[in-house]
Amino acid sequence: MKERIRTVVSEHARLSVPIEELGDESDLFQAGMTSHASVSLMLAIEEAFEVEFPEALIRRSTFQSVTSIEHALLELGGVAA
Amino acid sequence: MTNTPIAVGVDFVDIAGVVRSVQRFGDRYLHRVFTEHEIASCQGPLPVAAASLAARFAAKEATLKLLGRTRGRPDWRSIEVVRLPTGVCRLRLRGAAARLALEQGLGPFALSMTYEAGMAAAVVVSGSAYGWHRPMTMESQDS
Repeated sequence: MKERIRTVVSEHARLSVPIEELGDESDLFQAGMTSHASVSLMLAIEEAFEVEFPEALIRRSTFQSVTSIEHALLELGGVAA
Repeated sequence: MTNTPIAVGVDFVDIAGVVRSVQRFGDRYLHRVFTEHEIASCQGPLPVAAASLAARFAAKEATLKLLGRTRGRPDWRSIEVVRLPTGVCRLRLRGAAARLALEQGLGPFALSMTYEAGMAAAVVVSGSAYGWHRPMTMESQDS
């Protein structure tokens, strides 16, 4: 699942450093992702994993790292690892 | 330190990013972030509409900074930029955003938005009943 997340992040987060240079725990906001880019990332993750983030999960910390996104997807359930 | 009975939030947004989001995600993007009134207020060719939408997104983010968003993020649509018939824009908070403002003694709000050279910006200023120092139960804003 992490690899799929990393692919979506690389396409939509508008990072200022290549995703290959970031670990799964790296802070995406510190790597250049803006608040607005995090919206695109959220929509792209929803599309890729066929889920919809509920309001309770739409917070900065959810999209802070590859790992935090994975945790949110697992919390949503029904996503194959 | 003197208590300052004013709170300020500021944000700026890349207009090209809004263009990309509208082109890529369309209505899913628009209706997730903006209210019907905001969408109706931002009509016109995409580059023009995107500049207005970007300014409104900046206003929402500026307000979130002012409210302190570490405690949970209110729905973007609970922070609305209302365009009056005169063309003047005002901020209207609902739901979780309104509750956060009330808890912190924030409001009324003054809003200023602008865009130029591919960027949109917004500044939100509020009176604060608690001055600069927020109640101990409140977490500080994260940026």
